[in-house]
Amino acid sequence: MQDKELILKLDSIVKVFPGVKALDGVQLEVRAGEVHALCGENGAGKSTLMKIISGAQSYTSGKIIMEGEEVVFHSTKDAERRGIAMIYQEFNMVRDLSVAENMYLGRLPKTKLGMVDWKKLYQDAQEVLNKLGLKFNCKTKVRNLSVAESQMTEIAKCLTIGAKVIIMDEPTAALTDDEIKVLFGIIDELKKKNIAILYISHRMDEIFQISDRLTVFRDGKYIATKNIEDTDYDDVVSMMVGRNVTNLYPVRQYQPQEVVFELQNINSKGIFDLNMKLYKGEILGIAGLLGSGNIELSKVIYGALPMKHGDILINGKKKDCSSPIKAIAAGIGFISDDRKQEGLVLIRNVKENISMSSLKKLTKGIQLDKKLEKKRVNDQVKRLNIKISSIQQNTGNLSGGNQQKVVFAKVLEANPTICIFDEPTRGVDVGAKAEIYTIMDQLTKDGKSIILISSDLPELIGMSDRVLIMREGKIVMEVSKSEANQEIILAHASGGVSENE
Amino acid sequence: MLPEVSVKMNKSIKKKLIYQVNVFRSVFILLTICVFATFFSPDFLSVPNLFNVLKQITVAGIVGCGMTFVILTGGIDLSVGSIVGLAGVLSAGVLASTGNPVLAVLTAVGVGIICGAANGFFISQCGIPPFIATLGMMTLLRGCILVYTKGSPIPIKLDTYKFIGKGNIIGIPVPVIILILLLLLAHYILTQTAFGRSVYAFGGNREASRLSGISVKKTEWKVYIINGLLCGIAAIVLTARLGSAQSTSGEGIEMDAIAAVILGGTSLSGGVGFVLPTVVGAMIMGIIDNILTLMNVNPHATNIVKGAVILIAVLVDKKVKDLSAKAEQ
Repeated sequence: MQDKELILKLDSIVKVFPGVKALDGVQLEVRAGEVHALCGENGAGKSTLMKIISGAQSYTSGKIIMEGEEVVFHSTKDAERRGIAMIYQEFNMVRDLSVAENMYLGRLPKTKLGMVDWKKLYQDAQEVLNKLGLKFNCKTKVRNLSVAESQMTEIAKCLTIGAKVIIMDEPTAALTDDEIKVLFGIIDELKKKNIAILYISHRMDEIFQISDRLTVFRDGKYIATKNIEDTDYDDVVSMMVGRNVTNLYPVRQYQPQEVVFELQNINSKGIFDLNMKLYKGEILGIAGLLGSGNIELSKVIYGALPMKHGDILINGKKKDCSSPIKAIAAGIGFISDDRKQEGLVLIRNVKENISMSSLKKLTKGIQLDKKLEKKRVNDQVKRLNIKISSIQQNTGNLSGGNQQKVVFAKVLEANPTICIFDEPTRGVDVGAKAEIYTIMDQLTKDGKSIILISSDLPELIGMSDRVLIMREGKIVMEVSKSEANQEIILAHASGGVSENE
Repeated sequence: MLPEVSVKMNKSIKKKLIYQVNVFRSVFILLTICVFATFFSPDFLSVPNLFNVLKQITVAGIVGCGMTFVILTGGIDLSVGSIVGLAGVLSAGVLASTGNPVLAVLTAVGVGIICGAANGFFISQCGIPPFIATLGMMTLLRGCILVYTKGSPIPIKLDTYKFIGKGNIIGIPVPVIILILLLLLAHYILTQTAFGRSVYAFGGNREASRLSGISVKKTEWKVYIINGLLCGIAAIVLTARLGSAQSTSGEGIEMDAIAAVILGGTSLSGGVGFVLPTVVGAMIMGIIDNILTLMNVNPHATNIVKGAVILIAVLVDKKVKDLSAKAEQ
């Protein structure tokens, strides 16, 4: 491996967002023909780094050196021209055009008359598909492809633009086991063609299966680069987590109490006959990989997604939670995993965002009681330690941690007894994380119960009193706090262990 | 250190300045145009002329208030001109057959509410994009007007009805009083009630509003009903002022109203804006009309100037917004 040439080198890259240093002097060396995995927890800076490499985002300082030459990318087009292509989690394709057209979008071959040379287009496209061993026709519309097939098309497209480095961000997240095998086969093909692959995945087993080297990031800092033979799972995890875990999570003193919330035979899209119980004052973690149905379940309970059938019981009584309005009235609070799209109105101020779920309570007669509103909002700001210059500030200008605290304030303002938190610390810096954990601990002491859904396993284990593991829309395992560890959760969540074992 | 501090201060002053310009932009444009107007025609600043301008803009102003609600949700209503027309002719028709002005007023308001509710139904309950739904309604309602009037105008003979459009109370024209009252009411609803908050939240981020327990469908529906209601009132004012309801009345009002909202600085993508500047926007349009008349400009050329002003205003708007976005960073 060592003798392979260096193709891409990043040197002390710094990226500052308002209020957060997302990357702090990061370095990375990529060699031709290697699969280089990037490891790190959420918020470690992997995605930001990838966006910088692919030209989607600018950086504050540092150098990018491609094939011995310093380069600056102003756009993804720039990066593509230099041979760096990214395959996004959400695919960037025109769904109503054919595979071939998508592969050559913006670069369609032309005849002398200036018309599209369809014959050449289809010939070239099919040739690339065949080379990769793909079995679908290049004239198929992208709309009719499976997720895996559209991903393969993206990879084929990277080949047509002559990519030397291909970035794959969680490429297996939406794939089945068989499709993953095909993808890995293709990655092997790409390696043989001397193409470097930057591979991001949360699935540790995959990283050890296919990568040659890996680089670990933590809290925006470079930690280490290692050959895959020289490291093991525990080593990588300890590098990823690094910090003193016990300080981050409050010591939970949960004493079993009565059941306050129960789901009976919940059925919905991707969720099958699900039953669970939640106890008063408990933090119940629900673990699961992408597509396991845990996020969907939380939205079904809150009425944001339709439920086919099933019952939701609060304090033993059936409640109608078919819409967020009804769910809030029944005492359920919900924090979405996507605060920018589903949590906040970014163009409105902190005050309006915080009182959004409790407008009825703040109305006296026909008009809003603005004095009461201001008092309540200020109380929440103080209680949650939200750092803002004024409650008139737009939420769009706040840092991730403060934005998330505004979402917390909004939900708590509606005074729920059951709180569902999806990825409550996604994109939040470590300091704010610890504060959010303390808030959660305090909430349970006040008699509220929390359902915590997180892909950040240390967080899930650190905070939960009990962990349910979901896979393919079902709960496959329940572990208590003392038994919970990353291996058990990952093994059951990925289906590595059959239920009888 | 020092230069850095001064740069920072400069930045914050610049930011504040840009913010102020942003808020009072429409007022600035209005004042500039007034200065030009006085310069071009000495008659402009006379009290009767100013009242005249105010009377001219009442219809566009009232419709603009409703349009502000709609645009704040990120929607658009192209059917307002036809609603005003239909409410006008039906009101005049009821007045002609019954002679009861109260009944005639109620008819106009009722027609406005029903048309608005129909728009709202298609948009909020059936999920048809506002542009398409109201485009359809615009044509449909105009057709209804033609069928009802058979193309001929319906005269208004009752003076009590005409008083709404032509009368004065303590020297102030009634339409102007109606406009001011509606304006204050609309401002109150938008800034002081839970419903107003929902409108802003809806326009800012529909999904986040829904998940926060705001009844988004009801909010959207109500907005179109309010818009329809205001069109009904505008129809009464228009019909009473002209002394007759014609099959063409209300035509083109949608453009005046939308222009007024945009000149008032309300964002077309929704979530940001106020109703008071909309009336300032309407005044800008009214004054341009007025000066061109005073200057004896060929009436056919008025639209050229009006269109140009809208384009320039929106261009400036975009520049200011880019600048404030930069200043934010």
